[in-house]
Amino acid sequence: MHIDKDLVAASATPLVLGILAEGESYGYAILKRVRELSGGHMEWTDGMLYPLLHRLERQELVDASWGSGETGRRRKHYAITTAGRAALAERQEQWAVVAETLRHVWQDMRDAAGDLAPGANPGTLPGRVAEGWA
Amino acid sequence: MNTERTGLERQIDQWRAFVARRPAIAAHDVEEMEDHLREQVSDLAATGLDDDEAFLVAVKRMGKLDDVSREFAREHSDRLWKQLVLFPDEHPGGGAPAGLGRFRDLGILLALAIGAGLALKLLTLATGDESRILLNGPFLVLPFLAGWFAWKRDVGWRTTTALAAVTAALAVAVNLYPYFRGEPDPGTGDVYAEPAMTLLLAALHAPVVLWFLFGVVYAGGAWRAGTRRMDFVRFTGELLVYLTLIALGGMLLIGLTFGVLSLAGVDFEPFVEDWLAPFALPGALLVAAWLVEAKKSVVENIAPVLARVFTPLAALMLAAMLVALLAGKPLDDVDRELLILMDAVLLLVLFLVLYSISARDPQARPGTFDWLQLVLVATALAVDAVGLTAMLVRIAEFGFTANKVAALGLNLILLVHLAWAGRLTLGFLRGTRTFAATERWQTTYLPAYAAWALVVAIAFPPIFAFT
Repeated sequence: MHIDKDLVAASATPLVLGILAEGESYGYAILKRVRELSGGHMEWTDGMLYPLLHRLERQELVDASWGSGETGRRRKHYAITTAGRAALAERQEQWAVVAETLRHVWQDMRDAAGDLAPGANPGTLPGRVAEGWA
Repeated sequence: MNTERTGLERQIDQWRAFVARRPAIAAHDVEEMEDHLREQVSDLAATGLDDDEAFLVAVKRMGKLDDVSREFAREHSDRLWKQLVLFPDEHPGGGAPAGLGRFRDLGILLALAIGAGLALKLLTLATGDESRILLNGPFLVLPFLAGWFAWKRDVGWRTTTALAAVTAALAVAVNLYPYFRGEPDPGTGDVYAEPAMTLLLAALHAPVVLWFLFGVVYAGGAWRAGTRRMDFVRFTGELLVYLTLIALGGMLLIGLTFGVLSLAGVDFEPFVEDWLAPFALPGALLVAAWLVEAKKSVVENIAPVLARVFTPLAALMLAAMLVALLAGKPLDDVDRELLILMDAVLLLVLFLVLYSISARDPQARPGTFDWLQLVLVATALAVDAVGLTAMLVRIAEFGFTANKVAALGLNLILLVHLAWAGRLTLGFLRGTRTFAATERWQTTYLPAYAAWALVVAIAFPPIFAFT
């Protein structure tokens, strides 16, 4: 499924903050978690994650510290801050409104079109990956 | 398996070098992304891909480097402005000395600057004669600067001793000459009414000799090498730029302090004259030299940029001068001012040419700018020819003085320098010569200035009877 670039960009910050709210993590693990949670549908351009993390760090929504990974290489770990949690809560509310609104729209469409099969959502084309985001 | 591992390592090395070239991506970002890449590769390898395939997929997933780099630049736009890090943070593999060690260089430099200031202060205490201070100041300050570079460059004892001996001999000679001092003026009570012309010439030319001797230290003793000489030229240009900037800042500070203190009824001037000047002048020189060395590979050289900006403007100015000289009134009542002005014009042109060359890629093909430079040199030579003709007539009429000969000699040296440089540039533009020949000529000719300055400082006083 191809997910629109703007949609990927808009959801990136709450996704990263949400994953970090589960616990401290690092770049590659965050990406893996996104893949896992989206069932492989949301595949980000890996390199773009880091500028985003650095922006969150500058905005003091996350804290970054250098530690070492299990292989002994230096690794930058990110943890959510109090401000980050507040920002996440705010985003959550916004997304809830968006999701709720969309749900109403879909419902209205379904009502208007009569009984349409639930699996026939428009835009379900598997196998494509969002090119860029952040 | 072992060879595959090294193959992967080599590929990661290449990737890292490739990414590190992007100015917006800092070293620790590369490190962070490399960690990511390695995990991705090992996860992919665990699914059955071989190292090459895993590496290719991992790099592909990382995204187009242009896009990633643009995102980094958007987040870290400051990185696109090269910043001078004077005291690098400790960073693994960075090679920066830890703790107080990184301040050691600056500490030694500041100690040397204070030493130079003390030497200058002692000189002003020893004599009130301004021409003597002018004559001896450079002899007291430059050895401190040279000392720092001798330490940094690890210059051998032999070279150091030889240079010190030459400097001392020069200092003794120009100081012991019995200059004619003029009659004390009973009206003003000024005992040093008029310093001898040859004393002023020596004071003006001895620093030039010293600067070239310092160049030997700067080159780490390898002063015969053209590339080292060009490095010294670059250093001198940047030093002038930095000194000017520091002087502007210093003047602003002194002006503000002066203004506020005078409101409070405190006279700041004696302090500035007695204490600030002797310490601030050598301090500015040493700090500027240190900054130029520290920034040379980090920040773009500014002297060549200025040379590029001013070359077309100077060509226009010279064309206007030439027209004015040819169309204006005849130059029969000109004096040595004309000669000095001509020297200044040629020196300016020489600086423009030299600094443009210092930053030019020798491999680049001849372009518009090279033509422009040729026009600049040609008009300068034409202007000088007009001025010199008028001057030679005057000299033939009224005879030689030390000043006129010094100015004339410099003019001839500059003339030869520029004329030959113009010829080489023409050959380069026609394709009969390489740019390397032009560059080599610039550095080969430089010692001529040192030799002439030495002649003026050492031989002129006796030749012109110390007047």
